[in-house]
Amino acid sequence: MEKRVTFKGIWLPLLLVLPQILITAIFFFYPAGQAIWQSLFIPDPFGLSMQWVGLGNFEYLLSDRFYRASFITTAVFSILVTVVSMGVALYLAILADRLIKGSGTYRTLLIWPYAVAPAVAGVLWLFMFNTRVGVVTWYLGLLGYDWNHVLNEGEAMGLVVVASAWGRISYNFLFFLAGLQAIPRSVIEAAAIDGAHFWTRFRTIVWPLLSPTTFFLLVVNIIYAFFETFGVIHTITSGGPQQATTILVYKVYSDGFVGQDLGSSAAQSVILLIIVSLLTVIQFKYIERRVHY
Amino acid sequence: MAEHSGMVEKRGAGLWLTHLGLIIGVAFIFFPIWLAFVASTVSQPEIVRPPMPLLPGDQFFENYSKALTAGINAPVALMLGNSLFMALGIAIGKIAISLLSAFAIVYFKFPGKKLFFWLIFLTLMLPVEVRIVPTYEVIANFGMLNSYQGLILPLIASATATFLFRQFFMTVPDELAEAARVDGAGPMRFFFDILLPMSRTNIAALFVILFIYGWNQYLWPLLITTDPSMNTIVMGIKQMFPSGDDIADWPVIMATSILAMVPPVLVVVGMQKLFIRGLVESEK
Amino acid sequence: MATLTLNNVKKSFGKTDVIHGVSIDIEDGEFIVIVGPSGCGKSTLLRMVAGLETITDGEVQIGGRRVNEEEPMARDIAMVFQNYALYPHMSVFDNMAYGLKIAKVPRSEIETRVAQAAKLLQLEPYLTRKPRELSGGQRQRVAMGRAIVRKPAVFLFDEPLSNLDAKLRVQMRLEIRALQRELGVTSLYVTHDQVEAMTMADRMIVMNGGVADQIGKPLEVYANPATEFVAGFIGSPPTNFLSGALLGRASGIKLGVRPEHMRLFDTGPLRARTTYCEALGAETLVHLTCADGTQVTVRQDAAAPFPQEGAEVGLGWSSEHEMTFDASGPRI
Repeated sequence: MEKRVTFKGIWLPLLLVLPQILITAIFFFYPAGQAIWQSLFIPDPFGLSMQWVGLGNFEYLLSDRFYRASFITTAVFSILVTVVSMGVALYLAILADRLIKGSGTYRTLLIWPYAVAPAVAGVLWLFMFNTRVGVVTWYLGLLGYDWNHVLNEGEAMGLVVVASAWGRISYNFLFFLAGLQAIPRSVIEAAAIDGAHFWTRFRTIVWPLLSPTTFFLLVVNIIYAFFETFGVIHTITSGGPQQATTILVYKVYSDGFVGQDLGSSAAQSVILLIIVSLLTVIQFKYIERRVHY
Repeated sequence: MAEHSGMVEKRGAGLWLTHLGLIIGVAFIFFPIWLAFVASTVSQPEIVRPPMPLLPGDQFFENYSKALTAGINAPVALMLGNSLFMALGIAIGKIAISLLSAFAIVYFKFPGKKLFFWLIFLTLMLPVEVRIVPTYEVIANFGMLNSYQGLILPLIASATATFLFRQFFMTVPDELAEAARVDGAGPMRFFFDILLPMSRTNIAALFVILFIYGWNQYLWPLLITTDPSMNTIVMGIKQMFPSGDDIADWPVIMATSILAMVPPVLVVVGMQKLFIRGLVESEK
Repeated sequence: MATLTLNNVKKSFGKTDVIHGVSIDIEDGEFIVIVGPSGCGKSTLLRMVAGLETITDGEVQIGGRRVNEEEPMARDIAMVFQNYALYPHMSVFDNMAYGLKIAKVPRSEIETRVAQAAKLLQLEPYLTRKPRELSGGQRQRVAMGRAIVRKPAVFLFDEPLSNLDAKLRVQMRLEIRALQRELGVTSLYVTHDQVEAMTMADRMIVMNGGVADQIGKPLEVYANPATEFVAGFIGSPPTNFLSGALLGRASGIKLGVRPEHMRLFDTGPLRARTTYCEALGAETLVHLTCADGTQVTVRQDAAAPFPQEGAEVGLGWSSEHEMTFDASGPRI
């Protein structure tokens, strides 16, 4: 797509794009290039020189038990976060969509957790489930359940999933509600007149018409779970217990900054880069389709 | 009768069930925040002897003033200031450079335009998290650790906003630029007099999104602000937990959590329309 | 106020020629309409005069001065756009004043000029409104006002009425013409509507495929079209074309006869079948099909009897109304 009109001049536009070029080059392309470059080396024990290892870091990573475990952890975590937050959001959106009056009020009440940082959400949930002072922990104890996410891997995963999904409900709710409200009423009324009941209507009409929204949210939520949940994990579990909640991004951080294993951390960055690129391509394919209808 | 309902309106008992379901949802969303608020208004002994009360106590001013003025590692007021500065810097900085480059891409023909456009495309959606180590090194080499530039610059190096403004500029009728040319306006005059005012809503909507994005950053400030006086509030909360077996000062930590939520929540709720618009546009 | 001269003006995009060389001398105060179907290059020609498109070859002079390389602003022109191109965030006053502000005209002068234009266009009550708060006709007037306050040497109009409904269009075309007469500014007006061209133009340029087929006064062009295209494009219903073969004359040529010049007879060598008749009150249009399938329309007085649908009749005309065209288009 091109504008019919353009202004004359070469230096002015170059000057206009210069700030972005500079910032992107220095803080984006150079580091991304460095990540790729460093992934091909390992530093010597004293950090004085780098030794070329080719794809050695990658080979090592892929054969590393912990890294493979982290892959699976990430997959489980992402799927759970996506399903939980989208499920709850869809349920609430369907309810809100049924209301003639008041759906705006519920929307206002439901959207603002979007503004709560994942790290803060982590602290809130940590507080409720804290092994010593947590309210929920205490009431669970009354019921005879001994909650301890510090030691129990499943409970740790459950807690980071809920805390991550919690803040994401708003976002998904907004998109689902917009998607539902965009479905022409006449179509649903026609189905109602044809005698289709709620479930039939939902299954045969609403759900298919909502599928573009659902697909879009699926991709966006997976990206969210991959990258933006770092704060939740870091505040609640720090990747533990026994690395049970060490997702890939957390591992890049802990290997690179805590473990100082630069080569491996860089190789992990490159792998993440590839994953996120794939997700982006999928998303753009989708956007293209939506633009052209 | 005109019904606004995607699902054919419910009446009677069904309507109440619908409300009940929504109220449960709202309660689920609110409960953690309510609990945090309660905890920020009671004293430490009330918390460490579970179960803690479920209604606010009388320590509101004590806890909040302690947090704001003293904090644990640094006064929270200072961290709030850092967060505000960072969030504003990211929002304003990103909007400014994006407006300029989108203007250049849409309204000029210049060598390297295609290349530049594709570079921008590449940076879309690649979050800072995947290149943290080398980015950290760049910042360290520039001596930007514990500085606002270090907090802000790497986070504005992505092109989502450029892309957005480009999309918007493409929808501005060609005739407006032609009319401006006939009126004698040069490119920058057109940009400031016509394009910018026309983009007001888009700019505001994007500002809301970027402000929250900046405010809620965690990993990046965690890496580059080793000096507590440069901590942002969102990352500073975690630093308030004691290492080892000491018991955390929960009332102050929870007061800080509430304080960390207030500005972005105010922005979202106060600018709800713009926020929703910004969200939908930026994902298009 | 000035003369406007196009001297063999050409435009190509890459290897494609879109304007093949148009020349015209426009006198001071003349109202010239460029008319033609979409894609004929009429808007491009106008935009070249405006300075919004570069001129590949030839010369444009305003007031005797070559302006090929000048910016639009420096050409002393004002333009009214098809969709008005009003600045949506500015009030009516600011829209009209913008060009003057840029030209650093003193504030008091700007106010006087805008007030004058507003009065002329009956826009005085709307000066503080935004464009979106105006009706289509009012927006059109603001666009006119923006052109007037500049006091340019030449007005350029790019299909300014095509976004209005039919009734308003008739009214506005009278207004524009009256205004232009009053101000006496040389004008170049682009339209695809031949009625607009006929009613507004002092002279018109009929464009076809990047070529100016004919330049002349509307009635001259109507009475004496230079090409088959002009004969077909100007006039409604259009000129009837009959092939030489059908009439038993030299094959390859075409004969054009305007509907009002054709007559129906009971007998005659050229037979046609009536397809349907449109009685419009003042006149009746009779549509017929000839033996070789050619469609023909006859316009006759409402008082005249018209044939039944399906009836076969004879067609005739007096030879002075015959227009003969070469197979490639030009009049013979």
